[in-house]
Amino acid sequence: MRLSRGLPEELHEPEVDAALEQALSNFRSSVHAWSEAAYGQARPVAVVRHVSWRMAAGWALGCVLAAGSVAGGVYERHHKQELARIAAAAQAARQQKLAAEQRARQEDEDLLAKVDSDVSREVPSAMEPLAQMMAEDQAR
Amino acid sequence: MEAAAQEFSSVVQAHRPQIFRFLLASTRDVDLAETLTQECFLKAHRNWDRFRGESSAMTWLMRIAINLEKDHWRNRRMQFWRHTRTNSVDLDEASEWLPSGERSVEQQMMAREQVGQVWRAVEGLSARQRTVFLLRYVEDRELSEIAQATGLSEGTVKAHLSRALGKVRAELRGNP
Repeated sequence: MRLSRGLPEELHEPEVDAALEQALSNFRSSVHAWSEAAYGQARPVAVVRHVSWRMAAGWALGCVLAAGSVAGGVYERHHKQELARIAAAAQAARQQKLAAEQRARQEDEDLLAKVDSDVSREVPSAMEPLAQMMAEDQAR
Repeated sequence: MEAAAQEFSSVVQAHRPQIFRFLLASTRDVDLAETLTQECFLKAHRNWDRFRGESSAMTWLMRIAINLEKDHWRNRRMQFWRHTRTNSVDLDEASEWLPSGERSVEQQMMAREQVGQVWRAVEGLSARQRTVFLLRYVEDRELSEIAQATGLSEGTVKAHLSRALGKVRAELRGNP
């Protein structure tokens, strides 16, 4: 293996390169020896856990969906209660208004009846005795 | 279909040891290197019909292995809250491995010392520098192959290599 192959000129240091070449050669041999020894060994293969982040993402999504469902249900219930409260208040107001109108109509009718009875007298009360006398004369 | 399966099988047989060696040198973890090697060939098998032969099968596989290793460390960083253990051997243990040759005890000690120095320099490299350095000086890959496998230009590969060698030189001089 030529050390200087493909390297910039400024990196050539002849006095160091001999030692460097020797060191790199030993390093290469060492790694090859280690790899050959390790490659032949039977060993259990670790199972790579690719699922970890997927599982976490699944749990997170599930929690978000569950929280969303609960929040939606609570909001819906609250909304319905609010609508019912508004409808009840409107109904009560409508009934109060009807009762007030009925009461006012009754008062008007009573007043008109009283006026009618007052107006429908045949003679004024001040002339009542004279009218009685006239009625007696006619009877005689 | 049968021919493609046979072709892939021969690719596995031919290149599996090299992919494993590169990943072992990158991670210093035998179990992790084995797992990533399996994943590499699984991924390659799934995408084998898309391999057009623009680069060599070895370069293509190396690219997959580099990306898998990158993903692995990225995932480890993202899972910082989990208790993750590493099986990486320490530098001294990694330096113990030497080919059985006809060497004197002194030569073996010296070689071990040099291997340890290179490992220490490799430890201080950035991920890219380390990848480029290992492909060049452990896997004997050409600069053009390294460029294809890493997705870098040849100029960038040269720059990474020269920086990596500078660090190895400094370590050998005793001033890292």
